[in-house]
Amino acid sequence: MTSVATQTQTPALVKGSRAARTTITLKILMAVSGIVFVGFVLTHMYGNLKAFAGHDAFNEYAHHLRTFGEPMLPYEGLLWVIRVGLIAALVVHVGAAYALARRASTARTQKYAVKKNASSSISSRTMRWGGVTILVFLVWHLLNFTIVKINPAGGATNDPYNLLVDTFDLWWMTLIYLLAMVALGLHLHHGTWSALQTLGWTGTAAARKRAKTAGWVLAIVIAGGFSLVPLFVLLGVISK
Amino acid sequence: MKLTLKIWRQADAQARGEMRTYQLDGVSEDMSFLEMLDVLNEQLNASGEEPVAFDSDCREGICGTCGLMINGQAHGPEVTTTCQLHMRTFSDGDEITIEPWRADAFPVVKDLIVDRGAFDRIIQQGGFISANTGSAPEANSVPVPRDKALRSFNMATCIGCGACVAACPNGSASLFMGAKITHLGELPQGQPERDTRVVNMVAQHDHEGFGGCTNIGECTAACPKEIPLDVISQLNKDLRTALKHGH
Repeated sequence: MTSVATQTQTPALVKGSRAARTTITLKILMAVSGIVFVGFVLTHMYGNLKAFAGHDAFNEYAHHLRTFGEPMLPYEGLLWVIRVGLIAALVVHVGAAYALARRASTARTQKYAVKKNASSSISSRTMRWGGVTILVFLVWHLLNFTIVKINPAGGATNDPYNLLVDTFDLWWMTLIYLLAMVALGLHLHHGTWSALQTLGWTGTAAARKRAKTAGWVLAIVIAGGFSLVPLFVLLGVISK
Repeated sequence: MKLTLKIWRQADAQARGEMRTYQLDGVSEDMSFLEMLDVLNEQLNASGEEPVAFDSDCREGICGTCGLMINGQAHGPEVTTTCQLHMRTFSDGDEITIEPWRADAFPVVKDLIVDRGAFDRIIQQGGFISANTGSAPEANSVPVPRDKALRSFNMATCIGCGACVAACPNGSASLFMGAKITHLGELPQGQPERDTRVVNMVAQHDHEGFGGCTNIGECTAACPKEIPLDVISQLNKDLRTALKHGH
């Protein structure tokens, strides 16, 4: 350190550094847990489309999810294996996001008076708040269809198909779900590319382009696919 | 041309800074941005005010010393360094906001000058190869494939100006590290220290208080040397490999 009075204290060189303790490892954890979610939402979206096959097919599918693997697995056995995996992925994803967001907020405590965004997308700039939006939505979604089974229309809740139709017959419920799908689509658009980049699979301009395309495709297929069921309930195509 | 300049003034590292507004007349469009500031400083000298402190060295766009946030963009609106930005980019009557790089790892020394010593310490941790001094080895004894040599050369053009950090909303230096990792990692001479290089550099980066990368790409858009985003992919891959090797 020089003797100039204006200098602040100089940080020293780090000793005993470990790869596992770096911010990049946090990013890798986010990427891997994010990919778990991509696999889940893709399967979940596909399952939802069963609603187009009618009351019995949808309910049979819902029941089959619970009896899958019987008698090797207990009732809801597979479901609980998946649930535990998803909860673990959620803890990792949110925990790493929180740690990285905190770092980012302390990395620039004095903000710019003027700052332009030259190339970043809306989806990339809304990852944090979009993620929080999805988390809040997830709580409601689980209360709505899984944990408590709340029928906002006030009807019966013991029939999965009827609960679904009752819920999306309310225009404001459909609107909430569609807004959540916008948040999910934006999150997937940047998240997919970001995960592939974090895992080091985008080493060339062509691979980078492919990863960005994959982000678009997954965002449109998943958010779009999820949106079909509420929309078609509201339009009266899917009905009791 | 006539300009309104809004400039960050800060007496020293401890002082509270503020934006101050100056009127400047008689700016030629052939001047570089730094020459425009020189004119301003002559005017300030004449009126007895402290001139604006800013960094510059080669003024040829190759040393990476100068770096200013101009109207919210690192090095201004062109893909170049501040010294190679010319006033013809601006119009008569423009208002130009000039700020130092903002990152807690780059503390302001005075006005527009920041201390980029954090970059030096990252380089100290791994931006080198170990070679015996003394007699120079035969240049052709270690063959380097052309595409690898080319990629290495292209990434070696990073001048460490800090624009990537300045532009990044997370204040991350990932593009800078990625350029160094790729530059050395593509060559046979860079292999012995490859794992320790990435781990030590990233550890120092985190220690200095830079943020993590969110792959949004503001860095590469601001880079005067057009270092592409795939170096961050390379950085992540090298770190992941080091993790696998138990570092």
